[in-house]
Amino acid sequence: MESIWYKILGAIITVIVAFIVGLTYMGLSRKITARIQNRKGPPFYQNFIDALKLASKTSAIHHGFMQHIGPAFMMITSIMSVLVVPVLTGDQWFSNLNFKGDLIFLLYIMVFGPLGMALGAGQTGNPNSAIGVTRGLSQMVGFEIPWVMALVALMMQYKTASIVDLINIQQEQGVWLMFSSPFAFIAAVLAMLGMFRYSPFDIVGAPTELASGPVSENGGKYLFTLMSSNSIFAFAKLTLYVDLFLGGASNIVELLIKTFAIYLIPMLYGTVSPRYRTEQAIKYFWGWPLFFGFLALLYAAIF
Amino acid sequence: MINDKNSQKIVDIIQNWSRKHSIWVLAYGTGCGAIEIPPTMTSRYDAERLGVRGAATPRQADVLLITGYLTTKTLKRVIRVYEQMQDPKYVIGFGSCTINGGMYYDSYNTIKVLDKYLPVDVYINGCMPRPEAVLAGFGKLQQLIAEGKANGATKYKENLEWYRGNQKKIIPNWVMPEYNW
Ligand code: SF4
Repeated sequence: MESIWYKILGAIITVIVAFIVGLTYMGLSRKITARIQNRKGPPFYQNFIDALKLASKTSAIHHGFMQHIGPAFMMITSIMSVLVVPVLTGDQWFSNLNFKGDLIFLLYIMVFGPLGMALGAGQTGNPNSAIGVTRGLSQMVGFEIPWVMALVALMMQYKTASIVDLINIQQEQGVWLMFSSPFAFIAAVLAMLGMFRYSPFDIVGAPTELASGPVSENGGKYLFTLMSSNSIFAFAKLTLYVDLFLGGASNIVELLIKTFAIYLIPMLYGTVSPRYRTEQAIKYFWGWPLFFGFLALLYAAIF
Repeated sequence: MINDKNSQKIVDIIQNWSRKHSIWVLAYGTGCGAIEIPPTMTSRYDAERLGVRGAATPRQADVLLITGYLTTKTLKRVIRVYEQMQDPKYVIGFGSCTINGGMYYDSYNTIKVLDKYLPVDVYINGCMPRPEAVLAGFGKLQQLIAEGKANGATKYKENLEWYRGNQKKIIPNWVMPEYNW
């Protein structure tokens, strides 16, 4: 009974840490992008200022009920997914509220938010939002398949659907899953490129083309909610990758180093690539990522 | 405690500080002056280091940048865009055309003085202003925001009748939604 209180308290702290770390990473990404483009760039805490400003703006926008709770859906999804991902392994505070079968739960919950947001964006009646939503859903169909294949391969290979079990297996074997099931790792990383929606897969937001897509009618506090949910979600996904493929982390410094290393992949790939069109993006995901997904499944079935 | 005057003052200072350092600009490229926005935003002058960033839609924007002359036809769109923006919002008039008509002072289809139709917080003069001047304009706006003096939006609300009268003189068939803040 004692330990559940530790876990709940730890989970609350995790959400706050996720918010701070996620926003800092986004700020760093703006800074690094700027340096790559030979600019000075905003300070790394720029996103905190933006968040503060957005939170202090009025939001006198009304298009209907779903429009108001669309951002809340995103927030709920982010918090729920960060809660089931164990942040620090072997720690009684931050192993979080995970349970047997949480990988399957994560697979479902991760698409829940975008769907809620899609309903909300649909109700605003803005044509840009509608196009953004259709693009987002098509892109999701693209990257979800290799992503699910990678996870199913892991589940098949190690006969478990629990993240903690997978971490324990890595610690027992002394090998990261990144090396012991390499194809699943490659498929998952390629799927991640789409998940983070940096260019070339920023076809949903596409500021110069779609006027930021689904969020185009959301200003002020709605945008603040979306921004914070994005940062929490980014942290959740990065930690999940670290847990699954990089052997988890036993202290916060290790966690930050590993998550940032993973985060650099979509970000640096994004800074040097122009935006894809929708069909190109889907074709991309149904090419090599899908191939590596199949290889991962084969590998899991044979070994 | 919460409604206490002093604590409100502290909140105002913090909020104004964040508004000052995070200016999202909706560049309404109406006139030729819009060509100076890309150099201001990109590597050479890099306005992002000051927190100035482009916003995609009026809902997300803080500053409406009117870049140059406004024809009577675009005025209607600009008014709708301005009224869709969320408080606090500011307007920057960019180029001589927004001040007194500039080289279009005798044109039959452009408006001459922007301030009669929308409350302008900062003017940047020049035809067209260089990026340095644009950055100086943003600096002026930041200063006004920090002092709490950039209150064009309040002026607009208080004198809505007057602004509407002027706008309706230019736009004869007025079919627009009510302004509801
Ligand atoms: S002020 Fe000069 S540059 Fe600007 S819109 Fe007018 S004519 Fe063009």
